[in-house]
Amino acid sequence: MNQPLIELHDLVFAWPGQAPLLEIPAFRLEPGEALFLKGPSGSGKTTLLGLLGGVNRPGQGSIRLLGQDLASLGQGARDRFRVDHTGYIFQQFNLLPFLSVRENVELPCRFSKSRAARAAQRHGSIDQAAAQLLAHLGLDDPTLLARRADSLSIGQQQRVAAARALIGQPELVIADEPTSALDADTREAFIRLLFDECRDAGASLLFVSHDQSLAPLFDRHLSLAELNRAAKPREA
Amino acid sequence: MYLLRLALASLANRRFTALLTAFAIALSVCLLLAVERVRTEARASFASTISGTDLIVGARSGSVNLLLYSVFRIGNATNNIRWDSYQHYASDPRVKWAIPISLGDSHRGYRVMGTTTDYFSHYQFGRRQHLALDQGRAFADDPFEVVLGAEVAEALHYKLGDKLVLAHGVAAISLVKHDDKPFTVVGVLERTGTPVDRTLHISLAGMEAIHIDWHNGVPARGAGRISAEQARTMDLQPAAITAFMLGLNSKIATFSLQREINEYRAEPLLAILPGVALQELWSLMGTAEQALFVVSLFVVLTGLIGMLTAILTSLNERRREMAILRSVGARPWHIAGLLVLEALALALAGIAAGLGLLYAGIALAQGYVQANYGLYLPLAWPSAHEWTLLAIILGAALLMGSVPAWRAYRQSLADGLSIHL
Repeated sequence: MNQPLIELHDLVFAWPGQAPLLEIPAFRLEPGEALFLKGPSGSGKTTLLGLLGGVNRPGQGSIRLLGQDLASLGQGARDRFRVDHTGYIFQQFNLLPFLSVRENVELPCRFSKSRAARAAQRHGSIDQAAAQLLAHLGLDDPTLLARRADSLSIGQQQRVAAARALIGQPELVIADEPTSALDADTREAFIRLLFDECRDAGASLLFVSHDQSLAPLFDRHLSLAELNRAAKPREA
Repeated sequence: MYLLRLALASLANRRFTALLTAFAIALSVCLLLAVERVRTEARASFASTISGTDLIVGARSGSVNLLLYSVFRIGNATNNIRWDSYQHYASDPRVKWAIPISLGDSHRGYRVMGTTTDYFSHYQFGRRQHLALDQGRAFADDPFEVVLGAEVAEALHYKLGDKLVLAHGVAAISLVKHDDKPFTVVGVLERTGTPVDRTLHISLAGMEAIHIDWHNGVPARGAGRISAEQARTMDLQPAAITAFMLGLNSKIATFSLQREINEYRAEPLLAILPGVALQELWSLMGTAEQALFVVSLFVVLTGLIGMLTAILTSLNERRREMAILRSVGARPWHIAGLLVLEALALALAGIAAGLGLLYAGIALAQGYVQANYGLYLPLAWPSAHEWTLLAIILGAALLMGSVPAWRAYRQSLADGLSIHL
């Protein structure tokens, strides 16, 4: 059987001096899978993403990404591991406004040699990788590449963020409420584009949102509240 | 390198604040360097005001006072000294040359000095340079001839043959003029960068002639007046002068002669060594000069604190920027480096602009400062000392930059990938 992309085991996390915020006995994300994780605010969503990104360390239990136990890596190594294998899309204002669209898309390649190498390998060069990803995401106007990121519409910006998350083929794309700033029509179109691109790149997608209506689009959907034992007593 | 690109792009995005910050640094750097340059040049030009003169002798007062009026044309003598005192020492076998000087009149704010032609041949300044005539000749037998310092001729647009009238007293606006006895410009001296440039030189006979019909400090009226023509025929040997300068045959005699003059029984005299008096005077001004330096250092510090404030203030609104950078793989030290680079870039821009301002300022003010203060500010590359100062400023900026860098480092560790609005 394939190695899972993400595997959480008996994970407990608490901020210093506080009751546990997260208690997740088991969680898996398979390679190539698109998972919807329902996470209303206050459910420990941000903390979970921090743990998956290697920014925080679990108090107990293990987090394995591609079989690698994140807790066993040092801070610098976790940072490197994150960028090498994960692309992020945030809620909104994902881009550095003072850089051009192209530079924003290429950012991960500046900090990760392996993503730069993979982007160059797959598309010929990093510039071409950025241009092709943007074209796939419907941003094929060549003049757009050189424009400042904040001159784009919100919808366009989110697609640029998607291109940035996907460049250099990370194994995992984490999207944190990426559609909350979009209207209903563009929301679904954006998610479908994201699916296509993730499939092309062979990436798993972990999509975190509070918007249950999007859930049917995904391979699988879970609720963080059900997953997280620490949250249950409060809900009950 | 990519970090630098990011730092610059981020700064460019906040260009108004960044420009203001850099401008504040530029002004402070410019001020510091200007003060330094004026200080250095003032000291150098000060030390080179007079050379080759072994003793300056005047009426007994303070040595600084004597130096001020005899060499710098500042202030006034408390008393005159008698002509025979001068002669007594001028004829001393140890004395190689003697220059009598007589002060007290002026022309449009410039001091007039009565002396002999020995002044032109013996007076030295800088590195033992002699005075030289740029045009014309030294004054000769006619008492109403004047030799102008370079700046006087230039500022007042005098040329050879022009007539000018001296004013009594040294105030810039004098009510009493020696207008019955005009002087003719016969020579203009080359520029020296010393108070000589701002002096009108006439013969002692000329000085005597314009005051010949004066009694108790007021000019004679009516029949008591003596015309220039009459004065020419009279004996114009002065009875008193203001001071005299001595050059000795042997330096070894300097101290014994100085003591002798100070103990001269016929008249209370004071002899000073110009070098010693110059140092004494400079040590007086040194305090002010150092205060100026300290003040300009504080101005630089203010500029840098302004930068620190600007960067620290920006930190909070840039947490999103930091989180995005973290999400694309920037490590906390990248974030810290970004802020240090930002501080460096601001400081470098400030220093560069400050140098630009300084040179523009010098280019613009050079003539004015030379004309009004006799201070030559060279348009030269920064000296080793100035480079050191600039390096210290940059180092201080780096140190200051590490404060927001440290905060951002902590912040980015705490915030992680969560984006704060």
